[in-house]
Amino acid sequence: MNGAGRSFVLTAAAPVEAPPPAYGTAISRFAASLFATPMNFALTVLSVGMILLIVPPFLNFMIFDATWHGTSRADCLPNAGACWPFIKAKFGQLVYGFYPIDERWRPNLAFALGAALLTPLLIPSAPFKWLNSILFFGVYPVIAFVLLTGGNLDLRNFLLGRLIDWQALAGFGLALGLRWTFWLDFIVSSAALTLIVLIGAILLGASLRTALVSCVTLFASLGAVLLAVDLDFGLRSVETGAWGGFLVTMVVAVTGIVVSLPLGILLALGRRSTLPVVRFLSIVFIEFWRGVPVITVLFFATYMLPLFLPTGVNFDTLLRALVGVALFSAAYMAEVVRGGLQAIPRGQYEAASALGLGYWRTMSTVILPQALALVVPGIVNNFIGLFKDTTLVLIVAIFDLLGQLRASFSDPNWATPVTLYTGFAFAGIVYFVCCFSMSRYALFVERRVNVAGRR
Amino acid sequence: MTQPVDTIGREAVAIDMIGVHKWFGEFHVLRDINLRIMRGERAVVCGPSGSGKSTLIRCVNRLEEHQRGRIIVNGTELTANLRHIERVRQDVGMVFQQFNLFPHLTVLENCTLAPMQVRGTSHRHAEEIAMHFLNRVRIPEQANKYPSQLSGGQQQRVAIARALCMNPKIMLFDEPTSALDPEMIKEVLDAMVQLAKDGMTMIVVSHEMGFAREVADQMVFMDGGQIVETNTPKQFFESPQHERTKLFLSQILR
Ligand SMILES: Nc1ncnc2c1ncn2[C@@H]1O[C@H](COP(=O)(O)OP(=O)(O)O)[C@@H](O)[C@H]1O
Ligand SMILES: [Mg+2]
Repeated sequence: MNGAGRSFVLTAAAPVEAPPPAYGTAISRFAASLFATPMNFALTVLSVGMILLIVPPFLNFMIFDATWHGTSRADCLPNAGACWPFIKAKFGQLVYGFYPIDERWRPNLAFALGAALLTPLLIPSAPFKWLNSILFFGVYPVIAFVLLTGGNLDLRNFLLGRLIDWQALAGFGLALGLRWTFWLDFIVSSAALTLIVLIGAILLGASLRTALVSCVTLFASLGAVLLAVDLDFGLRSVETGAWGGFLVTMVVAVTGIVVSLPLGILLALGRRSTLPVVRFLSIVFIEFWRGVPVITVLFFATYMLPLFLPTGVNFDTLLRALVGVALFSAAYMAEVVRGGLQAIPRGQYEAASALGLGYWRTMSTVILPQALALVVPGIVNNFIGLFKDTTLVLIVAIFDLLGQLRASFSDPNWATPVTLYTGFAFAGIVYFVCCFSMSRYALFVERRVNVAGRR
Repeated sequence: MTQPVDTIGREAVAIDMIGVHKWFGEFHVLRDINLRIMRGERAVVCGPSGSGKSTLIRCVNRLEEHQRGRIIVNGTELTANLRHIERVRQDVGMVFQQFNLFPHLTVLENCTLAPMQVRGTSHRHAEEIAMHFLNRVRIPEQANKYPSQLSGGQQQRVAIARALCMNPKIMLFDEPTSALDPEMIKEVLDAMVQLAKDGMTMIVVSHEMGFAREVADQMVFMDGGQIVETNTPKQFFESPQHERTKLFLSQILR
């Protein structure tokens, strides 16, 4: 083995050099790849053919042959392209449905506020993330609710009110849109529940301070929310039946998105819980909602639920659809999140436990940040699916963007051969813009979390 | 080790394992473990793979639950009581073979997370503590990197610093150098020797016999889920008593 040339000792180190320049320019390399092999050649020809087949007619319809100005069908009839004046004329309806025209500033304000709160939340470098999240996820829904419905709910019974007749005991009346009996009930009930929790904490040997703080926080926030929706701000009440168009699409989608992620996370954690009851209930919930089509859910919520509820109890149709959609997507979200949780090695849990982090802290600071980062594509996929599924509320006579659009087709003033196509083209663009921006944003987030952390 | 309980102050006992048994399903993984570690004492546990060393030290901070016998850590007995477990875990730091750093956090954040979350330490103070211990393990300059950007040896030193930031009274090491390239073993062992010199109570599962000779007060040899022999390092290496120990030592000290 030790023959000549076998033994080697480094004498001069080879210099460290820059890599050789790539062959040709990026463009010339791309051009070369188009025709590099017969297969590439065939594919290139095929693609060009497809583009020529689709793009020019599309552009002709959308732009070159389209009608841009006008006030009625007569203006659109001569042209073969899209009838954009139709969209312009129906725009209000497509966005707000039958929301009263002089109250449209309310949805506008709700949209603007939502955008103003969401934008900084989506920009990673913007400060005050915590405050921002609380405002967007906690405060904004309440404000939006009051703005859109007009608030001033007639709250009557909290918990004990179902058992005790406060009216008879206290004889209070109504002021500022508030029923004092309800608020008396709320305060007494919360105090009673807090007391029960504290006694439970003592019996179980848990921390009293934690128990007290959580109870007070819970009831204070619940109270604040109830107060906000109960107060009379002098806004005219607008029934959800009058809502429609893009407004409904956004309400259903945003509620679904905002509710389904946290609920899905809880369900996913529940499904992996070591407590058999929690695990069992989570599995039942998830599998139930995954097992039924969303249309069935909406039908059930709208037409069958009233049959099971006691007479007199009547939930708003939109609210029922919202709950249905939210729970449905939460079940899907739970499975996506569970996939992420499963990818986290056991060592992470052990390291967190060994450092003294409890279950919730381990989850919120160690496990979930990693698990959720892994499943960003899946989560956003669900969001996009949910956004498009909102159109199914049409089934239960709620008119979202698409529903409103179809309703407007029947207007004889705009009956032209292209009305239908124009409308769907418009809806397509709106949905595409929304979904595509979600997907692009997801890509951005994905890249970011990949840079921070794992390889 | 054989003194009766009442002649030593309970204060002086850091870890007391009395007749501990544990099963994984049908498998009797720990059998009648009796081990007492005094404050400031350092025990090195060795034994063949699968003999239950990891399980033993993981019982000390309740990453594993024992089914029979008693384990008392710093005067707190480990039972199903969650508050006792919490208290013990805050007092006991652990370093794993696979480091188990949190990959989504920087080195500094890895070190400040638990003090801030569990002890309620302020952000600034937690960072001061973290930098102090990162200095001690000699990697302060890596504070703002992510674990994946560090070498194995550096990661393990971060793991040691992270555990120390909780100001533990006891440190557990489960084969801290077994996943390291040979050239990185020394830097980790150096950090551990330093810690031992500072008087930390330690249980170290390790086959680094040089390290054991240098720092151990007590050698523990395990086989088949039992403690086969405990002895001073001198006795242990020079005149092992049990046949199994002799065989094991002859295999690893070629
Ligand atoms: N979670 C577990 N479930 C079942 N068996 C286990 C588990 N953890 C360890 N074991 C078994 O227990 C025995 C002791 O394991 P361990 O304590 O890790 O040994 P050591 O650290 O000495 O190599 C091994 O046979 C191992 O296969
Ligand atoms: Mg082991």
